[in-house]
Parts: sequence; C-alpha cells; structure tokens
Amino acid sequence: MESTLTENAAGSGGDRRRGRGPSSSAFSRLNSRPRIGDPLFKWTTGLFAVLVAGLAALIMVEMAVNSKLPFQKFGFSFLGRSIWDPVAEQFGALPFIYGTVISSLISLIIAVPVSLGVAIFLVEKAPRALSNPILFIVQLLAAIPSVVFGLWGVFVLAPTLRESVYPKMQSALGFLPLFQGNQNGLGLLTSGLILSVMVLPIITAVTTDVLRSVPGAQREAALALGSTKWEATLIVLQNAKSGISGAIILGLGRAIGETMAVTMLIGNRAQISPSLFDPSYTIASVIANEFSEAAGEIYLQSLVELGLILFLITFVINMLARLLVWSVTRGEGRGGHV
Amino acid sequence: MSSLWWRKLVNRTMTVLTGLCAVLAVCALFLILGYILADGIRALSIGFLVNSFKPIGEANSGIANEIVGSAILIGVGSLIGMPVGILAGIYLSEFGTNKFGTLLRFLIDTLTGTPSIIVGVFVWTVMVHPMGHFSALSGAVALGILMMPIVARTTEEMIKLVPDSLREAGLALGAPRWRVTLGVVLRTAASGVATGAMLAIARIAGETAPLLFTALGLNYLSTNLMQPMGSLTVRIFYFAGSPYEEWHNMAWAATLVLVTMILVLNIAVKILARNRHQQA
Repeated sequence: MESTLTENAAGSGGDRRRGRGPSSSAFSRLNSRPRIGDPLFKWTTGLFAVLVAGLAALIMVEMAVNSKLPFQKFGFSFLGRSIWDPVAEQFGALPFIYGTVISSLISLIIAVPVSLGVAIFLVEKAPRALSNPILFIVQLLAAIPSVVFGLWGVFVLAPTLRESVYPKMQSALGFLPLFQGNQNGLGLLTSGLILSVMVLPIITAVTTDVLRSVPGAQREAALALGSTKWEATLIVLQNAKSGISGAIILGLGRAIGETMAVTMLIGNRAQISPSLFDPSYTIASVIANEFSEAAGEIYLQSLVELGLILFLITFVINMLARLLVWSVTRGEGRGGHV
Repeated sequence: MSSLWWRKLVNRTMTVLTGLCAVLAVCALFLILGYILADGIRALSIGFLVNSFKPIGEANSGIANEIVGSAILIGVGSLIGMPVGILAGIYLSEFGTNKFGTLLRFLIDTLTGTPSIIVGVFVWTVMVHPMGHFSALSGAVALGILMMPIVARTTEEMIKLVPDSLREAGLALGAPRWRVTLGVVLRTAASGVATGAMLAIARIAGETAPLLFTALGLNYLSTNLMQPMGSLTVRIFYFAGSPYEEWHNMAWAATLVLVTMILVLNIAVKILARNRHQQA
C-alpha cells in the first residue's frame, strides 16, 4: 500500500514539473531532463521477475517440443502402456507412474501423522524457547541433500530392514499380497520410508506456519467454555484445515519429484507388483538412471516425455498446495524459504 | 459428553504423543548425522582432500577434483542465479503490490517446488543437446535456475522489511526511485539479502540430479567450463553404487565434507538472522 502511494506521489510530481515548461534556473534544467531512469529500472527488474516466473512455461514448451517422437508414435496411450523396452523402441509410463504414486503414498501415510504431531507440539504445547530450536533442527533435516539420504538408506536403513524388520513383517502379515515375495531391502517400502523422513520437514514447517496464523482468540474462547487443551487444539485444527491440506499436498509434491534417494533405494525395475517389498521404479529415478546413457532419439525423447509428465503433475500439485496455504496465511510467512 | 477424567486422559495422551513425534524428528537428524560422522571420519584425511581421483586399488585417491568442481559449479551457478533472483525480488517488493505481482509471486513459489531433475532435463534440451556435449557450464546454468526462485522470494521478504520512511526520505531528497531502491533500500536490506543468498547456495550445493546429465562428472581436475566437471554429490552417488568397500568409505568421507559445509552455511544464516532480529 505505502509503496504505491509514494510511487504515485513521485509520478504526479514529475508531471507538474513537466507542465511548467523550460526555465533558466539550474534546478529546473536538471528536472526538465527526461527521466528515463525510473521506467527503465521498473521495466528491467520486471523483465527479470517475468523471466523467473515464466521459466515454468519455458520448461513446459521446451520439454513438449523435445518429446514429439514418442507422442507421435504412442499418443496418450504412452500413459497407460506398461512396456519399457529400449531395444524394441517400445515405451510406456505406467510402471513409473505406479512406482511414483505408491512410494509417495507410503511416505505420506508415515510422515503426515508425525509432522502434524510435531507441528501441534511446537505451536500448541511447547514454549517458544523450546519450539524454535526444534523447528530449526527440523529445518536442518530439510537441508540434508537427497543423495546423502540415499547413501544412508543404502548402507544403514536397507540392511537393517532386510535383516530384522521385513522378515518379521512378512511372517506376521504375509497372508496379504502387499507383504509377499522376496525381499532384499530395496523396494517400494524402503524408498517410501526414506521419503517420509525427507518430506517431514516441509509438512511440519508449513503446518507450523498455518497453526501459528490461527488467532489465539479461538483457543481462548474454547478454553473459556471449559474444553481441555486438546479439545481447543482440535478446534484450531478445524480452522486450519485447508492450510494443513496445503502442507500435505506440498509434501506430496516433494515426494513425487524426489530423485536421488529413491533412485538408490527403489531397486530400479520397471514392473507393477502388488508387493511393497518388490523393486519398482519412479519417473524421476528412471530419468536419473537412463538419461545420460540413452541411445536413440526416441528413447531420449520418451525420457523427456516422462519428465514432462512429472513436471505437469508437480506443477499442478504445488499450485493447489500454495493456494490452500495462502488461503489461511494470506500469502505471509515462508514463501521460497522452504 | 464423555466424563471429565476421560477428557483429561485424552488431553495428556495427546501431549505425550505429539511430544514423542517431536523427539522422533529430532532423533532422525542426529541419527543420520551420527552415521555420517562415524563412517565419514574413517576415510577422511588431508590426502583425501588434496589428492585427485585414482582408479580402484591405487593408493592416495581423493576428492580434490570434486571439491574444486563443486566450488566452480556453485560459483558460476550463483553468478547466473543471484543477479536474476535479486532483480526479480526487487521488482516483487517495490512494484509487485498489484495483481500482476501476486501472479508472479504465485508462479515463483510454485516453481520452488519443481523437482530439480526437471531443470536438469530442461538444461539438457536447451544446452547439452544443441552443443553436442556435456559441459560444466550447463551444470552451472541448471544450478543457477534452481537458485532464481529461492533468491527472488527471500530478497523480496528482506526488502519488504525496510521501513517506508527510508524510501520516502530518499525520494524527498529528490533522488529518483531507482537510486533510492539501489542505494538506500537494497543497501539497508543487504545483510538480509546476503543471508538469503547463502541459504540458496546451501540448497544447490547438495543438488545431484540436475548435474547428472549436464556437468556429468570427470575423473581428473579440470577448470574448463566447456568440458564435463566432477562434483561432490555426483561422486557420492557413483561411489555409493559401486561394489567396492574402499569407495563406499570414500563416499561417507565425501558426504561428511559436503554435509559439514551445508550445515555450517545453514547455522551461519540462522545466527546472522537472529542478530538482525535483535537489532531491529
């Protein structure tokens, strides 16, 4: 508001000076020079802002142009085909879409309750002196690179799961198709687990922001009516619903696009299998594994088309999530920080 | 309505449960950091840091070429990403109060969630494919693009904190808008913008996916931007996937170096931000 006000003031001042016409004094000579600095500045900075914002469109167009061949050959059936055979030049996205969706869902099933628990503890239970350091530690978790999670997953998490956790799960729940078959530690469940650690920080951070923006009067009103602290928290959660959904969807977007850790842990086999122990493949990890060595134009372009699918999915998901979060926090709080 | 003791029990249980969630999240970080420290320190030595990569079996193998490569990629990437991001951030805060600004802000926020591998594919199609070979420059461009939205939004937030009275004072002295913005507003917000930039550097320093098919990787020291270039993250990825115990240990040591750098940047940003907060 304020800055538009000053801008208008400066603008109208300039008009008045121009209206007075040329004068002999040094002061007005200075002012009668055409002022190109300000418009130039506004347009230059604006150009860069549009450039950054327009990257999305640029990426979309560029990837669409570079995936013409498979689109001509397979059309929309690319999405539903489950064959991936570079030698026969037959390509389809279904196994990768399956792997991406299932591993992301596993990660959300684990991460959402924990993240909400952390956020509720930080905002509703803990004093600021405790909640700020914990929030910082959670942010540090987000700062750890994906490839490091992958390394840890390969050498620590996967062997532990293979030796002591998965066999027990199989003997207890083996009657379900979800937990049948061989298990070597690399597969959907393992990558879902590592993803849950990786999306926990973003869901926690955004939910914390959302909960903090719910007015304190709501808590006080509930407490004054005789509710327990937890019942007051439930009312707060009720009012922060859309923002929390936004946080969860934001986490989903991260899980879907996560590349390195998943590539190292999912086992990399293009198949659709009901067992969570079985190796699978995600869109991002097939691109990471095969792109630099793909020979043949249609093979490369099929990978680009997979990339385009991934981009469109994450773009829509992120848009939806931002709208939901903004509806609660009104565009304040963390924007690009997360 | 259920009885009071039951409601109190639920209340206490939920306090404990949410507290446990917080403990779990904190433990996750320290568990991972503990492994990195314990396993990384074994292969870490001065020689490891100053020697270049050697084939398996040869002594004195190290990651010097990757450290130099990562520094060059991050440096050139910042040169590309930061000016663009800062100028975009200036526009958003100084001129972006209208609907158009809100739209740009929204698109930029959405872009921060774009998977980094997509940026890698994009740069491959516009640079690597037409040029016909992998190059460090294309890797740096990919990192620069990843920085842009982050820098733009942090710059905007930091510039917004500058009180309007400073802007008005500058304008009242007859300075044009652009001089006020660059000389007064941006200078006041400089430390904030710098911490935002550090955060963005910490973010791209850990990126692997966008480098896989742009900068690729290289087994010897090179400073040629037109040639492939090694980086710490890509090296960790290949070491981890190798069948050799020795390389696994080197992967942990390289990870220790990388994570230390990233955590130091993050903690420095936190301390700088707190100091500024206390001054204000």
